[in-house]
Amino acid sequence: MVTCARTPLADRRVFEVQRFGPLMLFAAASMLAVTPSAMEAQQTNERWVMPRTADGHPDLQGSWSNATMTPLVRPPGVGAVLTPDQVAALEGGQQDFIREQLADSDPDRGLPPVGGEFTGNFLFDAGGGAVGGYNFFYIDGGDDIAVFNGEARSSLIVDPPDGRRPPLSEEGRRRTGERFASQRQFGAYDNPENRPLEERCIMSFGSNGGPPMLPNYFYNNNYTIVQTADYVMIMTEMVHDTRIIRLGTPDPLPAHIRPWLGDSWGRWQGDTLVVETTNIHPEQNLAGYPPAAFKPSENIKVTERFTRADEHTINYEFTVDDPSMLSGPFSGELPFKALDGLVYEYACHEGNYALTNVLMGARAQEREGVSNQPDTR
Amino acid sequence: MNSRVSRSPRPLLGSAVICALAAAAFLPATVQAQSGSIPRLADGHPDINGIWQALGNAHWDIEPHTARAALAMQPGPVVPVPRHEIVAFGAVGSVPSGNGIVVGGEIPYLPAALTMRNENRENWLDRDPEIKCYLPGVPRANYMPYPFQVFQSESKVFFVYEYAGAVRDIYLVDPGPAQVDTWMGQSVGRWDGDVFVVEAAGFNGSAWLDRSGNHFSASLKVTERYTMTGPDHMLYEATLEDPNTFSRPWTISLPLYRHVAENARLGQFKCVEFVEELMYGHLRKNPVGR
Repeated sequence: MVTCARTPLADRRVFEVQRFGPLMLFAAASMLAVTPSAMEAQQTNERWVMPRTADGHPDLQGSWSNATMTPLVRPPGVGAVLTPDQVAALEGGQQDFIREQLADSDPDRGLPPVGGEFTGNFLFDAGGGAVGGYNFFYIDGGDDIAVFNGEARSSLIVDPPDGRRPPLSEEGRRRTGERFASQRQFGAYDNPENRPLEERCIMSFGSNGGPPMLPNYFYNNNYTIVQTADYVMIMTEMVHDTRIIRLGTPDPLPAHIRPWLGDSWGRWQGDTLVVETTNIHPEQNLAGYPPAAFKPSENIKVTERFTRADEHTINYEFTVDDPSMLSGPFSGELPFKALDGLVYEYACHEGNYALTNVLMGARAQEREGVSNQPDTR
Repeated sequence: MNSRVSRSPRPLLGSAVICALAAAAFLPATVQAQSGSIPRLADGHPDINGIWQALGNAHWDIEPHTARAALAMQPGPVVPVPRHEIVAFGAVGSVPSGNGIVVGGEIPYLPAALTMRNENRENWLDRDPEIKCYLPGVPRANYMPYPFQVFQSESKVFFVYEYAGAVRDIYLVDPGPAQVDTWMGQSVGRWDGDVFVVEAAGFNGSAWLDRSGNHFSASLKVTERYTMTGPDHMLYEATLEDPNTFSRPWTISLPLYRHVAENARLGQFKCVEFVEELMYGHLRKNPVGR
């Protein structure tokens, strides 16, 4: 079914690529040992009564997390809904990995190999875990599968039915090509503007702030919602970005004013908050990581629906429509789960030694005549 | 749809004035007595929802001060002159005078802390966190020349600042001492009658109080009092206690004004990208000429 089917399980490193890489984690799902189901369909507390604000609307307030193992885009060869055995294997694998990583280091261990000890967990390794950077004290990317309306989902995207973002339109390919051509004028470390938004502390990675508000599969996937008669305010922990959603008839911003998280207007449709967003900043990352990520055009429109599902859950649905970039719209669903804890200050820029060091390191390599461009093998 | 906006004063045409006066004449006395009184939420607490901003020049210097040529000066042949980095700003870089917001006029610094304030002032360009777009801290965030928006419901109070997108979740249930030191601190709010009282602590001591080097340490505790004095005005008072920096608690007091424009909204001032040239320009492969 998948490329790893011929891979010997004894090859631990390759195995872990399959087992833990969040963006490809389902590839190994069906070949892992069948274990008793650890996941039951989500049970709704029958006595739960929808909390409502003074004006009668569902109360969405509080702090929430959208951390999950379920990737945005469905890996090939996997059904839309996972079986309990698949869920148990995936969650068990991730939880085992986390437990392993949280264990005390062995003081007698030998030197790690040159270049680090890669686990195959893409984001863990990318976050420096392989060379002793972020460990699971910091990382909190979610250790469970997204369950939506009782279904264990293999992807957040549910439409198109293949769970994948529609391809770029012809115009979208042209625009993207022009953007890449523009970027290729520079080396990856030539200027701060050549570095990714998250490294510059301008935006979260993985488009946490949205819209659509997606998990980043790494850490700090937390949100605080405050709701008044006139506004719904959503604060994203990462880079403390706020969306100030005005309720009522839209009076949109002029086309040339494009805040990072766009211009959002909301309305109540029964017990569902419907939010429409336009004017998203042209440099914002839509839809997180490759292969779904793209830069929004001036015609982007994101529609989101927030519905309280139970005491611990907001059902979050989104549709992204960018006729200048995509060959069609796409929609997704994921739960926001109640967060049992405080959301702390994410002061990124104030402690951003990394960007200084990245640029300084590149200049030092240039002085020494060493190539500093990314390995594109 | 927007109750804040509906209270906005608008230019009154003659006929509208007559209508308003005529209507007022028939209102019950109790309602008339409430005209100009403060808005309230359904739970009876004053409704401080809205976009607020300080007027005046406290953000330059919270103590009473005369106008001066610039914040950063260097010796000149006759009198001190603005530092070369800001000469190009001309009058735009000059400091307007201000009556100050410190009750009693002067911050009661301990001697060493006063020395540090004066050094900060001498080294403003290098040291003021605002220049680098760092989070503003409390109380400075409330009187910077940018608005902030209060979101208040029965169960939550949250402040969003235009400057640097700073935020404060004002906890209405005390979570206990702050678990980590932060730029904006941890804030706990309660209603004392019609006054919203916020106790803020857990600061990292890195923020300043203004552009003139006034400072505090990580021991700072701020007790803020937000009192609506009319539908569009709040009195903001903050008492600062920091035994490492000040010889006694002291208080600032200033009004906050509501943005009443019909299309008022908080802008985005995500200044991190605006300071990249300042902070990283020298590390470019080909630095921009200066």
